[in-house]
Amino acid sequence: MNNSVIDIKNLKVQYGDNTVLHNVSASIPKNKITVILGGSGCGKTTLIKSVLKLHHPTSGSINIFGNETINLSDEDFVPYLKEVGMLFQNGALLNSISVADNVAIPLEQHTNLPKPIIDRIIRVKLELVNLSHAIHLFPSELSGGMKKRAALSRAIALDPKILFCDEPSAGLDPITSENLDNLIIKLKNQLNMTIVIVTHELASIHRIADEIIFLDKGYVLYQGTLNDAKKARIPELNRFFSVGTY
Amino acid sequence: MSININMKDKTISFKGSLTFENVNTYYEKLNKSKIKDINIIDLQNLELIDSSGIALIDNIIHNSVSNTTLNNVPKQIQDAIHTFSSKNISLSPPVPKTRPLEKAGELVYNAMLDLKSFVFLTSEIVILSITGIFNRKGQRKGSILQQCLLLGVDSVGIISLLSFILGFILALQSAAQLRQFGANIFVADLLAISMVREMGPMMTAIIVAGRSGSSIASEIATMKVTEEIDALKTMAINPVQYIMVPKFIAITVCMPLLVTISVSVGIIGGLTIAVTYLDLSVASFFHQLFSTLTIKDEIIGLSKSFFFAWNIVLVACFYGLKVEGGAEGVGIVTTKSVVAAIFGVIIFDAIFSLFYMI
Ligand SMILES: Nc1ncnc2c1ncn2[C@@H]1O[C@H](COP(=O)(O)OP(=O)(O)O)[C@@H](O)[C@H]1O
Ligand SMILES: [Mg+2]
Repeated sequence: MNNSVIDIKNLKVQYGDNTVLHNVSASIPKNKITVILGGSGCGKTTLIKSVLKLHHPTSGSINIFGNETINLSDEDFVPYLKEVGMLFQNGALLNSISVADNVAIPLEQHTNLPKPIIDRIIRVKLELVNLSHAIHLFPSELSGGMKKRAALSRAIALDPKILFCDEPSAGLDPITSENLDNLIIKLKNQLNMTIVIVTHELASIHRIADEIIFLDKGYVLYQGTLNDAKKARIPELNRFFSVGTY
Repeated sequence: MSININMKDKTISFKGSLTFENVNTYYEKLNKSKIKDINIIDLQNLELIDSSGIALIDNIIHNSVSNTTLNNVPKQIQDAIHTFSSKNISLSPPVPKTRPLEKAGELVYNAMLDLKSFVFLTSEIVILSITGIFNRKGQRKGSILQQCLLLGVDSVGIISLLSFILGFILALQSAAQLRQFGANIFVADLLAISMVREMGPMMTAIIVAGRSGSSIASEIATMKVTEEIDALKTMAINPVQYIMVPKFIAITVCMPLLVTISVSVGIIGGLTIAVTYLDLSVASFFHQLFSTLTIKDEIIGLSKSFFFAWNIVLVACFYGLKVEGGAEGVGIVTTKSVVAAIFGVIIFDAIFSLFYMI
C-alpha cells in the first residue's frame, strides 16, 4: 500500500524564463510531519504553491490522494482544496474583516454548521494559538507574529487532512514557537493530519520533523527521516545542521 | 454513524464518527427532541471526532441544566477533547456600544482635529515648497521632473481627447439655435467664454482629481501602512518635504499648462462644427474669438487652475496621511480623497463665479 498523500514527480516550475524548480521528485507521507528545508529563495514556497495550483508548473506530475491533479481545472480541484489548509508566509488574512471573521470564512462557506457550533470552533482555534484576546481585533491591529498565528487558526479551522505551513515560526519568540510546535504535533496525533512545514528553526525541526525534504538550487538533494538526514553525507545538508540557520 | 437519544436515562450516545459532515444533523435532531437535561454522553462506540464534534459536545454540556459526564471515552478521543474543547475559554467581552450623543460629539471633535491637521499640513507643504525652490536639500534629485511627467504629461492625452469632445458638443448643441437667428458667428464667442472661464479649468481639474489625485492619495497611504513613511522619519528625512513637496510643485507647474491645452483643444473641437455645419471660415472664427476674449477671462481661467491644483494635491496628501488600518484603508482614503477633491473644485468654482460676477 502506498502510504503517501502527495507524490511529486519530475516537477519543473518556471517564472517566465527563470527556472526555479528544475526536477523535483518527492513524496509527503501520510500522518507525518514533513519539513521542507532549503536556502532562502530556493523555491520552497513555489513548490507548495505548485501543489495547490496557485502556480502552474511547466512539466511533471503531482498526485494528491492517489489522483493526478496537475491537469485538473480549477473547478475540479475544489474538492482537494477543501481537504487542505494553507498558512501563507505573510499570513494573508483578509484585512477588511476581524480575526474572528477570518477564521469563520471556511466554516461558513464549506459547512452548514449552526452558529453556536461555529462560534465555539472559532474560539477554540484562536485559543490554540493563544489569540483569544484578539478575537475582535482587525489584522492591521496585530503584530507580525500574531497575524501568523491568526492565519494558522484560519488554516486549521476545518481540520484539514493536509496542512501546509510556510515558515510558521518566523517572527515568533522561542516560547510561542515551541507552543506552536506542540500544537502541530497534537494536530498530527489527535486529528490525524498530514503536515508539511517550511521552516529554518533547527530547534523546531528537532521537535517536530518526521521526514525531511532538502531543496537546493531547484533539485531535491535529500528526502528521508531526520535521523538519516544527519548521517547522510551531503555537504550542503551537513552544513545546514552544523550552522543552524541558513 | 448514528445518535441515540434516551430521554428516560437522559443519555445520549454517539456511534461511528462525529465530524463536519454530520454535526449539523445531530444538532438539529437534539434541538427537535427538546431535551433540556442530559446526564450522560456515551462515546463508547465513537471512532472519529473532529473540532466540530467536540464543539457539539461542549454545546450540549453548556446547555444542559444539570451536570453532564462523558462516559467510556476512547483514549485518542479523550486527548482530542482535551486539546480542542471550548469549555474553559471565557467568552470574550462584547464590543462596547457608543451612545448617539457621544458619537455626535466625537464626529465634531474629529472634524475639528482634521481641520487643524489639514491647516498644518497645508502650511508645511506651502512653506517647504517655497523654500524648496531655492534649497533642494531634503528632496530626491529629479523628483520634481518625475512628478511632472507622472501627474502632468501623462494626462495630456486623456485631457485633450475629452476637451475636444466637449468643445464639439458645446458648439453642436448651440449651433442649431444660433442658425435660427443667423447668429452663426457667435459660436466663437460662446466657445471662447465658456471654455476659457469655465469648462477648460473645470474639466481639467476633474480629470486630474480622478487620475492624479487618486494616485497621490493611494501612494502616500500605501507608504504609510507599509511603514515607509516611518522609515523616512527614522532616517531623519521629513516625509512632507521628501514626498509631498515635489508633487505640490509639479502640479502647480503642470496645471496651468494642462488647462491651456484643454482650452485650445476644446476650441478646435468647436471649430470643426463652426466650419462644417455653420459655414464659417477659420479666419473669421478666430477673428471673432480673439475680439471677444479679454485679459480678464484669461486671468480668471488660469487663476482658477492654480486653486484647483492646490486643492487636489493638498486634499490627496491629507487623506493619504489619514489612512488607518492596512491595505483596505488605502482604498477607503483614496475614494474619500477623490470625492473631496472634486467637491472642493466645484466649491472653488462657485466662489470664483461670485467673485468675478461683474
Ligand atoms: N511571482 C514571482 N515572479 C517571479 N519570480 C518569482 C515569483 N515568486 C518567486 N519568484 C522567484 O522564485 C524563486 C523562489 O522563490 P520562493 O519559492 O518564494 O523561495 P523560498 O524558498 O524562499 O520560499 C526566487 O528566486 C524568486 O525570485
Ligand atoms: Mg518562501
